[in-house]
Amino acid sequence: MIEIHNIQKSFDGNAVLKGINCTFETGKCNLLLGGSGTGKSVLLQCIVGLMKPDLGSITFDGTVFTNNKVNIRQEIRRKIGMLFQGSALFDSMTVYENTEFPLKMLTPEMTKEERRDRVEFCLKRVGLENAGNKMPSEISGGMKKRVGIARAIAPNCTYLFCDEPNSGLDPLTSLKIDELIHEITHEYNITTAIITHDMNSVVEIGDHIIFLHKGMKLWDGDKDTILNAEVPELKEFIFSSSLVRAAKRVDDEGGLQDVLDDDPVQAK
Amino acid sequence: MVKTFGSFLLFLQSMVSRGERFKTLWARTIDEAILIGVDSVFIVSLVSAFIGAVTCVQISYNLINPLIPKATIGYMVREMTILELAPTITSIVLAGKVGSSIAGGLGTMRITEQIDALEVMGINSSSYLVLPRILASLLMFPLLVILAMGLSIMGGYIAGTLSGSISAQEYIEGIREDFIPYNILFALIKSLVFAFLISAISSFKGFNTRGGALEVGAASTGAVTNSIIAILIADFVLAAVLL
Repeated sequence: MIEIHNIQKSFDGNAVLKGINCTFETGKCNLLLGGSGTGKSVLLQCIVGLMKPDLGSITFDGTVFTNNKVNIRQEIRRKIGMLFQGSALFDSMTVYENTEFPLKMLTPEMTKEERRDRVEFCLKRVGLENAGNKMPSEISGGMKKRVGIARAIAPNCTYLFCDEPNSGLDPLTSLKIDELIHEITHEYNITTAIITHDMNSVVEIGDHIIFLHKGMKLWDGDKDTILNAEVPELKEFIFSSSLVRAAKRVDDEGGLQDVLDDDPVQAK
Repeated sequence: MVKTFGSFLLFLQSMVSRGERFKTLWARTIDEAILIGVDSVFIVSLVSAFIGAVTCVQISYNLINPLIPKATIGYMVREMTILELAPTITSIVLAGKVGSSIAGGLGTMRITEQIDALEVMGINSSSYLVLPRILASLLMFPLLVILAMGLSIMGGYIAGTLSGSISAQEYIEGIREDFIPYNILFALIKSLVFAFLISAISSFKGFNTRGGALEVGAASTGAVTNSIIAILIADFVLAAVLL
């Protein structure tokens, strides 16, 4: 579990995070939801230690991360896996080497054979068992995200952070990536935090949703309660989604059930 | 300016404060040595051979007094090559090739979040990415300068004998005249200082790139410009202090 207490961050006097308090629960997909410029990425960067908050503290399973000793911070960081928005794969390495990299660096006690088994397992888990020899430039955006996930889970991470895992992907690939993250979270009982502004992800994998607006947390709940939330900013955000508006229009015309019955994804 | 210099010193300190394992550092240094050293052999050879040739032809063109022995051409080619042309011109060429490559590579890694990925994994990114580049430069630059010295003198020999400006015997006599071994040491000290300046400045520029592709280009240009300025200043200071 990750606990965030009163996190504040400003840039040149412009407050981006205004005292965020929230909790990321273990074994759940915790979604950080909000529009562009609401401070989601800044909050994530503060949590993983890429940015230092001006005030407040972040605790990983009872161990304080912010302003703690370097070796303790390092210890926590080694339990973190992260999927970056652009995947951030090392372009000079193959898919296999990218997945093997954290194992080589963080677990020197592992033998080459143990590393190979682990890499093969992780690549198979994300459906890329035949892509090990490919370079990042030779694979699609969706495959890059999968490699990013494989690299993140390879060293048995306890915390998984995903920065807009669906950006730049088609809806079907987005859905598959969402499902993969959701499955991995529950399978390994890890604490997953996902930045998103995609309503598809919210209704698909939102075990716990935190809504940010103008650097403040305005609401938190889950996918079953979000549509009934009485927060005007959240309602505005939800109903600005084209998909939700289209669904509402079809529903008003009385054909929503017919559309849902024909859903090929659900049927599959 | 003072703030930038302070950031530069902190950047250098961060490389050694939490170093990676020796095995990793060594493997990375060898990889970088191939990129920095072996891949630069062709351009360094070409530039130094032609500079030696041009130096020889131009000295013989200017040396028209019949009282001055022709062997002086060989002597002057050797002195100019060892003291100045081989270490300084080679380093300026390498500032363009290696410096832009280091800054561009690190800048691209920064804007594509690859450096952030290393940091999130708990790896000291400056130690992992920058220290091997600096060590590889310190290892390879003196070797490239030695190569440049040899090829430059050889270029002078070929140009001088083919153009008929000087006979082979006179040239070799000039090359061997009043040789001061300390000059070689001076050139190698210069190459080490230049290696450090080019690799550290270019890494600093690339590592601190912010923005997009345009900024990566700007970082590469800035790295080359600043490295060349640093080389010229250091060249003067070293000559004043060590000669």
